[in-house]
Amino acid sequence: MDFSTSEEQNLIKESFRTSFSGLVSLNSIRKTTESKAPFDPILWSDMSAMGLHGLLISERYGGSGLSLFEAAIVAEELGRSMAPIPFVATSIMAPLLLMSCGSESQKKKWLPQIASGNARIGVAVSEIAGGTRGDEELLYKDEKLSGKASFTLDCGGAVAFIIADKEGHLYIVEAGDAGLKREAFPAVDGTRAVEHLVLQSVNAEPLESATRELIDQVISAGRIILAAESLGASEAMLEQAVNYAGERKQFDRVIGSFQAVKHMCAEMAAEIQPCRALVWYAAYAFDHLKEEVALSACLAKSHMDEVSRFVAKTSTQVHGGMGYTDLQGLHF
Amino acid sequence: MDLNDQEEHKTFREEVRSFLKEFRHLAPKETAMSYRLSPKPYSQEVKDWQALLVEKGYACRTVPKAYGGCGADQDILKNQIIADEFFKKDIPQGLIGQGISMFIPTLLEHGSDDQKEKWVKPTINGEIIWCQGYSEPNSGSDLASLQTSAVEDGDDFIINGQKIWTSSAHIAPMIFCLVRTEPESSKYKGISYLIFPMNTAGIEIRPLQTMTGHPSFNEVFFIDVRVPKSSVVGGRGNGWKVANSTLKHERGMLSNANGSLDRLNRIKTLLLHEKIDGIPLIKKPVIRDGFIRLQARVQSMRLHEMRLASEASKGAGPGLGHMICKLMGCELNHELDAFAIDVFGEMGVLHDGVPSMQSDGIWQQLYMYDLGLIIGGGTAQIQKNIIAERGLGLPREPLAVKGAL
Repeated sequence: MDFSTSEEQNLIKESFRTSFSGLVSLNSIRKTTESKAPFDPILWSDMSAMGLHGLLISERYGGSGLSLFEAAIVAEELGRSMAPIPFVATSIMAPLLLMSCGSESQKKKWLPQIASGNARIGVAVSEIAGGTRGDEELLYKDEKLSGKASFTLDCGGAVAFIIADKEGHLYIVEAGDAGLKREAFPAVDGTRAVEHLVLQSVNAEPLESATRELIDQVISAGRIILAAESLGASEAMLEQAVNYAGERKQFDRVIGSFQAVKHMCAEMAAEIQPCRALVWYAAYAFDHLKEEVALSACLAKSHMDEVSRFVAKTSTQVHGGMGYTDLQGLHF
Repeated sequence: MDLNDQEEHKTFREEVRSFLKEFRHLAPKETAMSYRLSPKPYSQEVKDWQALLVEKGYACRTVPKAYGGCGADQDILKNQIIADEFFKKDIPQGLIGQGISMFIPTLLEHGSDDQKEKWVKPTINGEIIWCQGYSEPNSGSDLASLQTSAVEDGDDFIINGQKIWTSSAHIAPMIFCLVRTEPESSKYKGISYLIFPMNTAGIEIRPLQTMTGHPSFNEVFFIDVRVPKSSVVGGRGNGWKVANSTLKHERGMLSNANGSLDRLNRIKTLLLHEKIDGIPLIKKPVIRDGFIRLQARVQSMRLHEMRLASEASKGAGPGLGHMICKLMGCELNHELDAFAIDVFGEMGVLHDGVPSMQSDGIWQQLYMYDLGLIIGGGTAQIQKNIIAERGLGLPREPLAVKGAL
């Protein structure tokens, strides 16, 4: 048994960490979110060169054919830097859906474009993952799709969307279709573009092999990747808090020497530490233990969410008034 | 990342399985927990089982052959396999306790050959129980301020003072004890680590009733207790270093995630079988939600320990990951107990042995016992200091200036 990362995986992690820390700054995040730009285009093209978008895509379609475990390691670094580019839908869920449910011609059409960074694909699975609200049901008839797909992920600059209905069918529609209206919403997290898609007889191409089970697997993958991003973000928030507590002085002492502050930092570290194993295990289960994926992904996502919320709150508190300002950027 | 056993470990797992199959009929019915809640000398059945496990290398496996162990190489993954397989079959593992889990590793690290020769074998076989003379009424978290004195007199020390929270002192034939041998030295340098019999003249033991209703620990008074100088472990004045080695082993013992998993599994059984208005408790959304949240935390601690074990087997030293285990493990156990009591509903108010749930009547006691463990072995707050100072590099609290306030 070996519950650790390999040399090669450490290298992948290290190289993405270095790149993100060089390319992403509070300024670049701010610039993207304030300009309502869908994503940071310079970062996107640099990441295309590093192969970020094709991590999971098999080599014959131009990707690097890695497993979800490696993708989770990269996602942790992406979360640590808060990189303002689409990832979970366009680089994880869309390729996985196409690879498991698409036809050969669909794979040939889309996968190389995703891998090279030329195509971004949004994914709408909230009918399955979260349920429908009101009149949102989708209807497919005569090769046309109508209805509403809410909370579509990674819409920033998307050229196409993969949409799931409640019965477990998947359709791919192109962003330029005349019947497609996009309602953009400002999300709390300005680095994630979320939209509702309103479809009126939009040309839709089914992914023929789709089943509810396959879609559920991909939703699990999405949950695992989001948990990994939260893990990275939590670590970054702890690091910032510890640095601040080691510099800021009150009563002639750095505040990190006060137990009240020290203990907040210790509590964050203690909560975060075990999460890495939880996230790793879920990603490993996706690659090797299919029967455990659904539960492991939910445990990882739900627990990581609670921990990150606690860390976000506590880290803000350690920063005092500064933490509450936009200047500090903790809310990203 | 590869969670399959490699060849050597596959074989080892098979060995453990066939051992359990062949010998499980000899396993004692009494659980280790019953000994911990209410300490008493081990029964012959328990001792025989322990001796068998030691002989076969499933308990105290790294203790050298010369001292009665099986001299296996340190292999954390094999320890994990033993724990997993015993746990799956609900068969009691090797004994844990202050002697076996804390004193023996310390003695092997710091003791003389004679001391190892004399004490290791009977201790690991469960023949000799030890108690730990550390805390004093005025020296708890600030343990190094301890005042029990040992004054030189020929070849002996004469000990005077008082210890408190001394678990099992009322049943243990031996004690390992911190005393001040060099009062003129600095706080940390004047301490020695002594071992001596509890029936030495001048020792008085007063059991302390605890909130669990069991006298699990004691006050121990020393009045002119004469102990030979040869009782020192690890050198005179070196006791603080030796004591810290013991504390490290204690924290490891208190935070084993299998203990949390065991509690979780028992709760699951309870939720499946116990019904209110004819509906099993597990069907109630509020209870399910609470259960799943705990399940995630137990899972994360178990996997975390696996990760630490893997990294240690590759040569990584202990770090931040280890420092959080005592804090998180003890808090988690206590929350599991609290959850079990909550799902009992009105029955949760009953103290001992809930009538319709005999096997689970232990929760109310565990709740109190586990609260004690959050305090013992270095309080949660001391653990947080350690995490913040040694793990995260935050500065120490400045020392108070005498007379400043």
